[in-house]
Amino acid sequence: MPRKIVIWVVLAALVVTFVGVLGARMAEGAVLPEIILGPLGLTDALFYLFAAMTFAGAATVALSKNILHSALGLLAALMGTGSLYVFLSADFLAVTQLLVYIGGVLVLILFAVMLTNRITEVKISNASLGLVGGGALLVATVPVLVFVAIATPWATIVPAELAPTTREIGNAFLTRWLLPFELASLVLLATLIGAVVIARKELKQDEPDTSVS
Amino acid sequence: MTPLQTYFPLAIAFIVAGALAALLVGAAALLGPRRPSAVKAAPFECGSDPIGSARERFGVKFYMVALLFIVFDVEAVFVYPWAVLLRDLGWSGYIAMAFFAFTLVIGLAYVWKKGALEMETD
Repeated sequence: MPRKIVIWVVLAALVVTFVGVLGARMAEGAVLPEIILGPLGLTDALFYLFAAMTFAGAATVALSKNILHSALGLLAALMGTGSLYVFLSADFLAVTQLLVYIGGVLVLILFAVMLTNRITEVKISNASLGLVGGGALLVATVPVLVFVAIATPWATIVPAELAPTTREIGNAFLTRWLLPFELASLVLLATLIGAVVIARKELKQDEPDTSVS
Repeated sequence: MTPLQTYFPLAIAFIVAGALAALLVGAAALLGPRRPSAVKAAPFECGSDPIGSARERFGVKFYMVALLFIVFDVEAVFVYPWAVLLRDLGWSGYIAMAFFAFTLVIGLAYVWKKGALEMETD
């Protein structure tokens, strides 16, 4: 027990130092841009809607005690992120998010949930929240995020027209970034082989009488 | 066109989908008679009596199928930017994409050979 307390004290000291240093830096150096409060247009309203959707989904993932609800929260978070890509005029990325993450990865996660052994005890899987550690992390990260958000010179020019980005992405993939592109296929190959290796092991463990039937 | 105009059709699709879902579920909840009984409350398993919990552990083969789906899903996403530029990139692009696809064909052949696609073995 004393060891745990020591760890907490050290952690708290680190957090306080970090926040203090950062706060001092923020006070001296940061150029705070003027906050422009314009009328809330439909685009802004939609942005906040999607941001809220992402946030609510992420909160559900972290806080829900039912792992299936967490998976559904992940759906909302991924949907919201995809919508936010649209606001960054990254249309191809948004569609990819929809195709791969919502259509694929989420299904995979749901399958993983259904594959777990202790599915009947699903309700207690996320019981521990660790409020003290979480609070320390919050105190440590929020100043960083706020500092970055305020001090970064964001490009705020909104393109008048959303041009499709697919051509440029294709061009980049197949000329300048050809090697990473081909390496991606190797990653996918590794995924396939790894899945087979792991699944074969599972099959052998679970069904020793496969050869009988 | 402004961004809002560009994505307006998408918004219509979302609104129609949401409204239709709300209409169907809402109308069924509002108009349908509700006379629950033990038989109706039982999980439907093609007419036979349910055996055990529905929260059974699934076979790992389903996971294999889902993973295969994702891998080729990602491949399709990668093919799309190339397909848009098919004529501009010419043979060099074709060869690069063929190499990409060939790598995945090796993987598919491996999975096939290992029998991970067999569904009816058990």
